[in-house]
Amino acid sequence: MEKKNFTVSVYTENNIGLLSRIAAIFQKRHINIESITASRSEVNEVMRFIIVVQVTEDQVKKIVGQIEKQIEVIKAFYHTDEEMIYQETALYKINSADFVEDLNIQDFIKESNARIVTVTPKFFVIEKTGKRHETDSLYEKLKPYGLMQFVRSGTIAVTKNEMPISNILEQFDTTN
Amino acid sequence: MEVKTASFEKVSSPKKTTVSGAEAVIKCLLEEGVDTLYGYPGGAIMPVYDELYKYQTQIHHVLTRHEQGATHAAQGYARVSGKVGVAMATSGPGATNLVTGIADAQIDSTPMVCITGQVGSHLLGSDAFQETDIIGISTPITKWNYQITKAEEIPEILAKAFFIARSGRPGPVLIDITKDAQFATLDFSYKKCSGIRSYKPKPEINLVEVEKAAEAINNAKKPMIVFGQGVILGGAEELFKQVVEKSGIPAAWTILGLSAMPTDHPLNVGMVGMHGNYGPNVLTNECDVLIAIGMRFDDRVTGNLEKYAKQAKVIHFEIDPAEINKNVHADIPVLGNVNETLKILLELLKPNKHEAWHQKFKDYYQIEFDKIIKNDLNAQRGKIGMAEVIDEINKCSKGDAVIVSDVGQHQMVACRYSKFNQTRSNVTSGGLGTMGFALPAAIGAKMGAPDRDVVAVIGDGGYQMTIQELGTIFQTKVPVKIVVLNNDFLGMVRQWQQLFFEKRYASTEMINPDFITIAKGYHIKAKQVSKRENLKEAVTEMMESREAYFLEVKVEQEENVFPMVPTGASVSEIRLE
Repeated sequence: MEKKNFTVSVYTENNIGLLSRIAAIFQKRHINIESITASRSEVNEVMRFIIVVQVTEDQVKKIVGQIEKQIEVIKAFYHTDEEMIYQETALYKINSADFVEDLNIQDFIKESNARIVTVTPKFFVIEKTGKRHETDSLYEKLKPYGLMQFVRSGTIAVTKNEMPISNILEQFDTTN
Repeated sequence: MEVKTASFEKVSSPKKTTVSGAEAVIKCLLEEGVDTLYGYPGGAIMPVYDELYKYQTQIHHVLTRHEQGATHAAQGYARVSGKVGVAMATSGPGATNLVTGIADAQIDSTPMVCITGQVGSHLLGSDAFQETDIIGISTPITKWNYQITKAEEIPEILAKAFFIARSGRPGPVLIDITKDAQFATLDFSYKKCSGIRSYKPKPEINLVEVEKAAEAINNAKKPMIVFGQGVILGGAEELFKQVVEKSGIPAAWTILGLSAMPTDHPLNVGMVGMHGNYGPNVLTNECDVLIAIGMRFDDRVTGNLEKYAKQAKVIHFEIDPAEINKNVHADIPVLGNVNETLKILLELLKPNKHEAWHQKFKDYYQIEFDKIIKNDLNAQRGKIGMAEVIDEINKCSKGDAVIVSDVGQHQMVACRYSKFNQTRSNVTSGGLGTMGFALPAAIGAKMGAPDRDVVAVIGDGGYQMTIQELGTIFQTKVPVKIVVLNNDFLGMVRQWQQLFFEKRYASTEMINPDFITIAKGYHIKAKQVSKRENLKEAVTEMMESREAYFLEVKVEQEENVFPMVPTGASVSEIRLE
């Protein structure tokens, strides 16, 4: 079975140690996590992990099963790229002198719909949100000018389909 | 607004008393019906031990000689009684010594709660004396773990710990309590946990799947059942027997399923897997419907998965959704506690007999008997064989003893040849294969089933891994029977070296101490037997002893366990020699 990108979404209680409990499931299977983010979700006090891995569908199914088995995990799902709306954010710090002197840089920024976040006499910070190939492409263009710093966030994503987390939680509230 | 993430039973008179965190721990244990726990004191758990001193008439603390022994004893107790086993240790090395037992309980689904002391919360992360991150260490091997830093968390967290350990697919839970939380006070009231919103212990039963399963079973021409510990954990032994009898289907067991059904039941066709019986292994690859009940298709059961039951329609009765399609694809997955799903199935089954098909198992048994079993049980020459010892124990116990086995050749022989009438009689380390398990597990087993004979069957290697627990036996006077089958080798590894490494016996020969003198040092009755003609008398004397008894049997040194499915081979390629 072919390996491809899968996005694993995990809704959990907001507890200490869950990150390592979830990460351990990948570690046990010798699977590298491409990116991981955790934040609050649409539900009060419920966290959402977005984990991107390159595996086969058979592997991701089993991983989701193991994640969901953890006591404080409310629900886990996996999706392909086609089923998700996903974005990453990258920050590029460049030398102000380069920026002012080279008009190419200014063109790159305009063409790629990037945004200038900060301007100081010494450096500029540019932000680009988009798909991986878009942030990569801007990186490649800026690299020859000597990037002072570069950082990219993990993928954040929402699904095209509904996520029935509130229903699951309501069921618990009404039966207990 | 506070979010409610767990539910607790209402108490009729929630009278509150102010107690220390340490006392609250003991009160929680009493509320959960704990009468025995196993542990070892130390700095960070001392406040709890101080309370144990006060409560010693209500709760029996067994001082093991090593924290690993405490976990295995708790496991032995849990496995025979069905109750949650409890182990306690201090921080740092005390906590890390629990790790092997926790991992063992996790893979064998044993309900256990471990309580560890931790350095004061103001010292967390400072590399304080005996500080170790036991939460981090135990995360991948626990069903749940939690660090308590405030006394008022104790009742709720311990209630959750017991609920999680025993519900659904059982497993180990570790609760780490900082020393300041043990000293601080709280208003104590206890409510048992009845649910956690993010945790579904029992999956919903899908009636359509049960109906499909019944139809497949009713239409099967060559069906075969493989049952595991799920039958025991679900308390479904009687129901299971009815299913087998009504459907007339030959039933084989995994090592942890052993004793869920009497070994002499006509439809019990023996063990599957690496050293299992010939018939069920070969016929796994001939059956048309394979009905797996409360088992997880461990690699020691399936051999090469590419060649495992490919011709069969697989029905999998299982409580843990993550086990479905994990190793073997289930054509019909039936989720739920087998205690409930088998009840529905039983109604839907048509009474049936599969005599010709069952006869095939008997034919294969005859081949195995002639080639292996006959010689195992009735060797005329050479030193005593392991199976002869088990056979003598059977003759004395009449199948009513609890057999606790360690890991290795003797374990396979004990499981192949032990006779059991009752459930929860076979205690062994299946999934993890923990050498050193049996001696402490036998202590717990005897305390969990005080009216039954408990016989630990151990090899000379594994015995020395936890031999210090003889001290626990001496101190508690727990009347366990210990049989060491001594071949002065790490027998199973030696067997593999003989078969697959051209007899290069790297570090498997053991130069052993005088085990009799060691037992006597602990004032435990001890005897050694090396001649066949003295075996019966020696075993009988041990079985009749009312106090702890140690019997060393000098067995054949280079005996091999057969049948055997070599690694990478298919179950139907099982070797008889």
